[in-house]
Amino acid sequence: MKALGAPLSEEAVRSLHAGDEVTISGLVYTARDEAHMRAMEMHERGDPLPFDLQGMAVYHCGPIVVQDGDGWKLVAAGPTTSSRMNSIEPSFIKAFGVRAVIGKGGMSKPTIEAMKECGCIYLAFTGGAAVLASQGIKDVRKVDWLDLGMPEAIWQLETDGFGPLIVAIDAHGHSLYDDVDKKVCANVKGIRKDLGL
Amino acid sequence: MQYDDELIEEVTVRLLKTAATTLPTDVLEALERARQTETDQVAKVQLETILKNVELGEMHMLPMCQDTGLPLFYISGHCDEAIIPAIRRGVERATMTIPLRPNVVDPITRMNSGNNLGDMMPLIHFEPADHEHTDITLMMKGAGSENMSALRMLTPTQGIKGIKEFILDTVVTAGGKPCPPVIVGVGVGGTADLACHLAKKALLRPINRRSENDSLRHIEIEMTEALNRTGIGPMGLGGRSTVLGVNIESASCHTASLPVAVSLQCWAARRASARIFPNGRALFSTEGFW
Repeated sequence: MKALGAPLSEEAVRSLHAGDEVTISGLVYTARDEAHMRAMEMHERGDPLPFDLQGMAVYHCGPIVVQDGDGWKLVAAGPTTSSRMNSIEPSFIKAFGVRAVIGKGGMSKPTIEAMKECGCIYLAFTGGAAVLASQGIKDVRKVDWLDLGMPEAIWQLETDGFGPLIVAIDAHGHSLYDDVDKKVCANVKGIRKDLGL
Repeated sequence: MQYDDELIEEVTVRLLKTAATTLPTDVLEALERARQTETDQVAKVQLETILKNVELGEMHMLPMCQDTGLPLFYISGHCDEAIIPAIRRGVERATMTIPLRPNVVDPITRMNSGNNLGDMMPLIHFEPADHEHTDITLMMKGAGSENMSALRMLTPTQGIKGIKEFILDTVVTAGGKPCPPVIVGVGVGGTADLACHLAKKALLRPINRRSENDSLRHIEIEMTEALNRTGIGPMGLGGRSTVLGVNIESASCHTASLPVAVSLQCWAARRASARIFPNGRALFSTEGFW
């Protein structure tokens, strides 16, 4: 298993291939539907974001976090379905220089293309594995946009050996989900026949 | 009807805590079997991660998944709507103490209520029956799987073939999004809304229990085998374990219709039941009372 450290260089990202197993350490930023939308609106207006995503990993995750004195304590932080961000992710990657997107379920063609063009990868974490995920997260550094609600806010997480993550879409345009789709398509033909459909 | 409000609130909190942190035995056994049959390396990693996570959640009494879902209640036996306020208080308290993720928002403004309470939320179904006891069953339904729900109004001539085709289409279209291996709940017959209700209720039946109806049992077995040949696999990354089981419930329907609904349940099939007796004694189970 390869250990990645954020911020990530383009070279490090391009050296990985679909199917590789990795872990990540360093800062990871959660972002879901609402955060993606707000970030893009601000970018289009020319307003700076309250954080810098250059070379960073964005995590499709709406964690459970509790207040702990002056800070925050993470309870559970598994991935959410990435396809909800399909329409916005390509421009998000291009606008902010994100090098890794962590999520579940994969993303569509335009995102795969943007990842290839900019040097970015998609890392699949097992959906629902929220307690295991939180064990790889050492600290909650900061929260922005809490007005969006706990799940939709941007949480800056200090990770240490977060994973196991599977490189499911690499920076060369190879997606494991596309491979699976092709196989499923072929299998379904046989299944339909056997079911008499 | 008179309820011991404190007891109902306590039971509600306990059901939420149990369901959020502990996987029912039937589901855990099915996941363990899936892990043993997988040969694909990526699929193995997914199932091992799931099982390790379940163990950690139970050990630390923490929610196994951060999407603690919408709490859905099914109340049967000796029951009526006077029980609602105590259940709502239980949900609010559990949200703070377990803690659960506040998931309930206004559908238009998207404003989060912060306590998992909202208009008609939590959703509470009643099935009054002439029993002395009250059964409260909870399902915590995450959005990843719920978003893949589907309803199809078949024509009667499409029959069993149409039902099988719709189940296959729904699972294939959903792919990795509902966090497979999933449990497939199917509602056959009734009306559009009843079919959806039955599909959801089907998910409450332990997956090692087959339908008592011969035709439905046959479809359950045949479709479980068929869906596991699709190759979608755990998390849609490929492999043999796409579904843990198929549960079908049915109701009579109009002579001109054949409604079919499919409700998918992620591997984190969080459910718990309590049976409350008139003397205040409560029994708990994650496999329900069958």
